[in-house]
Amino acid sequence: MAVVFDKPKALTDVPFHYCPGCTHGIVHRLVAEVIDELGIAGDTVGVASVGCSVFSYNYFDCDMVQAPHGRAPAVATGLKRSLPDNVIFTYQGDGDLAAIGMAETVHAATRGENITVIFINNAIYGMTGGQMAPTSLPGQVTQTTPYGRDTSVAGHPIRVCELLSTLSGTALAQRVTVDSVKNVNIAKKAIKKAFENQINKRGYSIVEVLSTCPTNWGLSPEEALKWLQNNMIPYYPLGVYKDVTAEKEA
Amino acid sequence: MGEKVLMKGNEALAEAAIQAGCRHYFGYPITPQTEIAAYMSKRMPKVGGCFLQAESEVAAINMVLGASSAGVRAMTSSSSPGISLKSEGVSYIAGSDLPALIINVQRGGPGLGGIQPSQSDYWQATKALGHGDFQLFVLAPSTIQEMVDFVSLGYEVGEKYRIPTMILSDGMLGQMMEPVEFPEAKETAQAEKTWATNGHKNKRKKNIINSLYIEPQVLEDLVKERFERYEKIKATEQRAEEYLVDDADIVVVAFGASARVSRNAVNMAREAGIKAGLIRPITLWPFPENTIKKAVSHTKDFLCVEMNMGQMVDDVRLCVEGKSEVSFFGRTGGMIPTPEEVFNEIKKLSEKEAK
Amino acid sequence: MKTCNILLAGFGGQGILFAGKVLAYAGLIDNKQLTWLPSYGPEMRGGTCNCSVVMSDESIGSPLVVTPDVLIAMNLPSLEKFAGKVVKGGTIILDSSIIDKKVERDDVNVFYVDATKLAEENGMEGLSNIILVGKMFKELGFCSEEALFKAIDKCVPARKAEMVEKNKEALRIGMGQ
Repeated sequence: MAVVFDKPKALTDVPFHYCPGCTHGIVHRLVAEVIDELGIAGDTVGVASVGCSVFSYNYFDCDMVQAPHGRAPAVATGLKRSLPDNVIFTYQGDGDLAAIGMAETVHAATRGENITVIFINNAIYGMTGGQMAPTSLPGQVTQTTPYGRDTSVAGHPIRVCELLSTLSGTALAQRVTVDSVKNVNIAKKAIKKAFENQINKRGYSIVEVLSTCPTNWGLSPEEALKWLQNNMIPYYPLGVYKDVTAEKEA
Repeated sequence: MGEKVLMKGNEALAEAAIQAGCRHYFGYPITPQTEIAAYMSKRMPKVGGCFLQAESEVAAINMVLGASSAGVRAMTSSSSPGISLKSEGVSYIAGSDLPALIINVQRGGPGLGGIQPSQSDYWQATKALGHGDFQLFVLAPSTIQEMVDFVSLGYEVGEKYRIPTMILSDGMLGQMMEPVEFPEAKETAQAEKTWATNGHKNKRKKNIINSLYIEPQVLEDLVKERFERYEKIKATEQRAEEYLVDDADIVVVAFGASARVSRNAVNMAREAGIKAGLIRPITLWPFPENTIKKAVSHTKDFLCVEMNMGQMVDDVRLCVEGKSEVSFFGRTGGMIPTPEEVFNEIKKLSEKEAK
Repeated sequence: MKTCNILLAGFGGQGILFAGKVLAYAGLIDNKQLTWLPSYGPEMRGGTCNCSVVMSDESIGSPLVVTPDVLIAMNLPSLEKFAGKVVKGGTIILDSSIIDKKVERDDVNVFYVDATKLAEENGMEGLSNIILVGKMFKELGFCSEEALFKAIDKCVPARKAEMVEKNKEALRIGMGQ
């Protein structure tokens, strides 16, 4: 019988712990498929960050390092500078990448650190139970913004791809989502490009994936996807913010 | 051994690290350790190594975490306030069973403190450089030669037991010059690091460098296993220098820069007919309990001399167990005790004993 | 010589640390034990600067010179700060072009050297420090003459090779005072 659907080799058999409707699972799969397609599992070292995805060190079937909160870009820098011929990626959430780890993120990007960054933006802290993230939307209710995010008090959300696209060391900054088959395919292409950029020594490549958190948003999986489409995508437009390979071709 | 050269402590230490096979240095500027980074930035490109000025101390220690995970000999250096910033990363490195070399060229504290030499990070280095149950292997050089020799020792012990090493220096040792010899260049055989995350090449199971253990029983077992290693280190790696201790009534206990001053004071005391001696702890953790305990039988008074308000004196009291008197003399804030001051303290103890 | 504690002090930019380094290297070449310890930090930036050099036949304890056997003073604040600390029977060598005060102690040997003026007259501006080192050698002979001149070769950086001869000439001028 022909196999029409299989688990990527770059994923282990450990069952995911993610909540129903959470898009981490889809993104993990896309990363693993790309690793398989490029045949790099034996050369890849992943960096897991603090947050819901911390256990990704159990899921990816490559060598993995777990970084302190926010420090994944620094840990990845240490790995890449020691293993220039290996493929190093970080898998970070919004709190990790854009709050506690913003300095590490900006400086890894501006150094053109030749790494691949998978950035899950679900506008909330998942692991700790639904606090405001740097990317929580204006008015969004979270555990620490119970009356909605008041920008006069809590400030404004950060648009990470826009910000990083201003830096010379950034090779790729692209925002995607995984709410539909079409968008999943676009996301996979972006992730593949982010890995290929590293193999071709182009510098820092980040793929921001707008993601859902049904549990902490207080929505069903289906409602969560709609909330993402109606609220997140308008604030965080999908698209390519910087792509040095496209610039060269143009 | 090669020719004797004059070098600043900071520069000698940096060169020793390169000679010991360190090719990855990550740091951030702070006085009085800047010469280490400056030297590394000059030398690393010439030996095919990596010097990287990080965006913060926090980033620098995590770059060390990454490089150590890859299995290379990595290093960072800083001075007191910067070491506080590194404490998070140090805890993760210890919790991940990674070797790494961390240099603290101490200055006065707390807070921004001052920039003159100090030993006020003894507690931090030996008791709590970060959260959780863990220890560092802590070496306290008191000469520039030891700044050199302790680098390879620190790497070797750290790799053998998979424990981070700290060289606890200070502004005086960092800035001063003294003749120093580098050991003959030799390819130091490094133990194979089968745990390193350097790509499994589809030939072995994946490696994970991790300090997260959600199950309490798993974490307890792991910490207990680590503490068994600590017991082995305590049993085999204690180091101390003894100077005129055998017949001493009064034993000064001092490490690093204050041990240099104390040595002069002990000489002055001997000239004045006082039987004084010096124990100089070289490993601050493990603390050289055996050396102190051995001296208890004939020592009436122990005098701890430190450039702080009295930190190591706690450990000396624990070893002495109330069997002899233990007193303390220190200067802090960047002040360096003079031999005369220490001699006066010895004299006071001697006069008290005579009564 | 058992132990010789030397303190050099002056303004930043007068070559205090360099002069100390020459003394240290001379000791090294003569196989003595020695230490060199600079003052560091903001005081380096145009303020006062000092440098401790200890030379000995035995291993050296504290590298910080508090009570010098020899003081080389190159400005008035340094002289005022340290003249009282010099041991009885010790030596003070000062640049009398810059310091127009006499030392009010009769239990030390004081040598007044018109070092800055001598340097200018001989076309070697900035080498008053080395003239004072030359004078110290003449009075105290703390190392061999060969070692002292070799120390200049060691201390002058390669990119300033043309300064080697000038430094040696400055030593000779100091030794002639």
